[in-house]
Amino acid sequence: MSASRTSPLAAVLAAFATAAAAQISDARDGPMPGVPSDAAPPVMDRGIFAHAILNELEGRFNGGNPEFRWEGQGWVGTDYDKLWIKSEGTLQSNGALDDGQQQFLYARAMTTYFDVQGGLRSDIDSRPTRNWAAFGIQGVAPYFFDIEVTGYASGEGHLAAKLEGSYDLLITQRLILQPQIEINLYSKADPARLIGAGFSDIDTGLRLRYEFDRKFAPYIGVVYEGKLGQTASLARQAGESTGDVRFVLGVRVWF
Amino acid sequence: MTGPVFTRRRLLGGAAAISALTLAPWRSRSAPSRAPVLSGAEFQLEIGAEPLNITGRPVTGTGINGQIPAPILRWREGDTVALAVTNRLSEPSSIHWHGVRTPSPMDGVPGLSFHGIAPGETFVYRFPVRQSGTYWYHSHSAFQEQTGVYGPIVIVPRGGYAEAFDRDYVVMLSDWTDDNPGRIVSNLKFQSDYYNYAQRTLGGFVADAQRRGLAETVADRLEWGKMRMSPTDILDVSGAPYTYLINGQPPGRNWTALFRLGERVRLRFINGSSMSIFDVRIEGLPMIVVQADGNDVVPVTVDEFRISVAETYDVIVQPMAERAYTIFAQAEDRTGYARGSLASQAGMAAAIPPMDPRPMRTMADMGMAGMEHGEMPRMELSPEGKRLEAKVGVDNVAMMPTERLDRAGEGFPSSRRVLSYADLRAIRPGSDPRPASRDITLHLTGNMQRFMWGFDGKKFSEAEPILLQRGERVRFVLINDSMMEHPIHLHGLWSELESGHGEYRPYKHTINVKPGEQLSYLVTADEPGRWAYHCHLLYHMEMGMFREVRVA
Repeated sequence: MSASRTSPLAAVLAAFATAAAAQISDARDGPMPGVPSDAAPPVMDRGIFAHAILNELEGRFNGGNPEFRWEGQGWVGTDYDKLWIKSEGTLQSNGALDDGQQQFLYARAMTTYFDVQGGLRSDIDSRPTRNWAAFGIQGVAPYFFDIEVTGYASGEGHLAAKLEGSYDLLITQRLILQPQIEINLYSKADPARLIGAGFSDIDTGLRLRYEFDRKFAPYIGVVYEGKLGQTASLARQAGESTGDVRFVLGVRVWF
Repeated sequence: MTGPVFTRRRLLGGAAAISALTLAPWRSRSAPSRAPVLSGAEFQLEIGAEPLNITGRPVTGTGINGQIPAPILRWREGDTVALAVTNRLSEPSSIHWHGVRTPSPMDGVPGLSFHGIAPGETFVYRFPVRQSGTYWYHSHSAFQEQTGVYGPIVIVPRGGYAEAFDRDYVVMLSDWTDDNPGRIVSNLKFQSDYYNYAQRTLGGFVADAQRRGLAETVADRLEWGKMRMSPTDILDVSGAPYTYLINGQPPGRNWTALFRLGERVRLRFINGSSMSIFDVRIEGLPMIVVQADGNDVVPVTVDEFRISVAETYDVIVQPMAERAYTIFAQAEDRTGYARGSLASQAGMAAAIPPMDPRPMRTMADMGMAGMEHGEMPRMELSPEGKRLEAKVGVDNVAMMPTERLDRAGEGFPSSRRVLSYADLRAIRPGSDPRPASRDITLHLTGNMQRFMWGFDGKKFSEAEPILLQRGERVRFVLINDSMMEHPIHLHGLWSELESGHGEYRPYKHTINVKPGEQLSYLVTADEPGRWAYHCHLLYHMEMGMFREVRVA
């Protein structure tokens, strides 16, 4: 800083000096100094954040009819309150959309590791649409298992439940093996959607991803899609597969 | 090309005029050791956008008078300083004088002491300087501290220095990232181990099983897994996004301080980082620690010291060979280092040592000292502990917190003499002989998974101020329930650390509390106002690890 820049400042300083001195003397003798309590806070600890992740964005291959599947979720909100969207679906090679579940939830942080979620689920795909009320929990269980357990009730008095879990096993810092499982069950059959009562289907996979970046990780893997019990019978009657092991190729991305 | 040499006499004399002096005596093209110094009693500072290139990528940071770090401010004890700070940014800004005891309207915390400095406006700070030593200044607004608004303060003592020296250098450590700080904190909210690339892996499991046996390794993994904790959590933000700097220079540029043989060189270490704790040593040169947080301590000779965020340590070294010595400041998580040199000639450099092994958290860090696995405590938490544990913002309550002031922390080889808080003994008794009239006990808590931080499980926005009577003498007792260090900074009042030296308590402004540790310090509430009290890890503070201490 050059001396020439300071000279115009001198007058300003002199003017402020008097005011500042008065302020200090107020502080000593008068009431406690400081800005009013309703001023903008010193830290913004109630910030709103938003993220979305596609855990599965993949082609599923078994030599015959390839499938395209996505499974992801996103949220926006604070530490305690979030709006949550979950979406999954499988596009068959014949153009039919299967297992299209969309959920719109409000989530509240209830414990250190778990959120309680409630809202709507819409099954929107090539079969008749169904709507459900949804209520569940999502979080991290001991030993770092990511868990989602959700119960559903429809206007027709049907009940359903979905259990999902996954685990990240670090082979190296960037090479990660992820076992994953999803199981659905229903209280009553819904033949129009080829769903039977009881445990209906299982979708489980083992994916090996490489995190080039935390947010971008291509993977390979193997999945098993199986229909169970009454649902399997309905699938057989419709001429559909009841169980399928597929090789997958995809990318896990988040924003 | 040589600049003016700063001799001891010159330092003691001082010059009460604004001038562009160099605290570092030599200029050199290969080793840019020149730091701008502003001295005197009246200062004009402009906060503004500043282009810079640390990593090879041109980016824009925020600086003061075109400098990152900001210029060294050199004051004299006893002067009244006036600092006109103009905000040339497009967002509100502020300057806080860290560790400097000012009347509260001059403390520079928006929302508590003043309204901040609006874009285009000038705020004139004016206060008497009633202390001496090494301090620093930084923005207290948003993430401007991370993007460059920080600089050193050197206050020359009126009565001369307790320890003689021939040269005087500021060594300001900091962490730089090209990334947007808002993005960093957002990433941590979604994945708290986002920047940790030293986690436990399958390979590590196999290696541990071979070394320690399968059963013990499995038990160890299960124990941490059950708690949903990782012992590899050392620093939330690592060398992945950070480049570590000395006086604004990355390791490759080798910031250099020059000496002549036999001279006593004072190095004023300041950790101006946002999130990085450093372990500092000078290879082949013992350091005599003479000051901590601006206050003289009984000199203690060490090989290394850990400096938490916002702390300062002054050391004196006396190189006895015509050579270069590496100033080596490794990040606590060993993901990178800041590096500079002490050299008898410009352009000299010594070998850069390898980084030490990365430390791991222990059961003591979890507040379960002395408990090996297999003997998980059947103890019950206190009712207060249970209340804390039930909060969303709390992922651990220390069952048995321990006072470990005589320990420097984890990650040091036993061959080195490392400074601990127990080594800090003030050179004179404290000025307030009264005992504390009451204890204020606070738990340092966090939820790593959700990246929430607070005191007693509450964020700033959820908590009431801590009320102190004017003139009151109190003891703050801190219990760190979390598994991260927290450098706790009380504005406006001294924190007199009870480090085991009776009335010779070191006066500090920032006290680092290790994981699972309990410690205490005395405070005299002799300055009225609304004071900030917070963890100085920037992202912990901004996420709510912040309280108002109101002295009325």
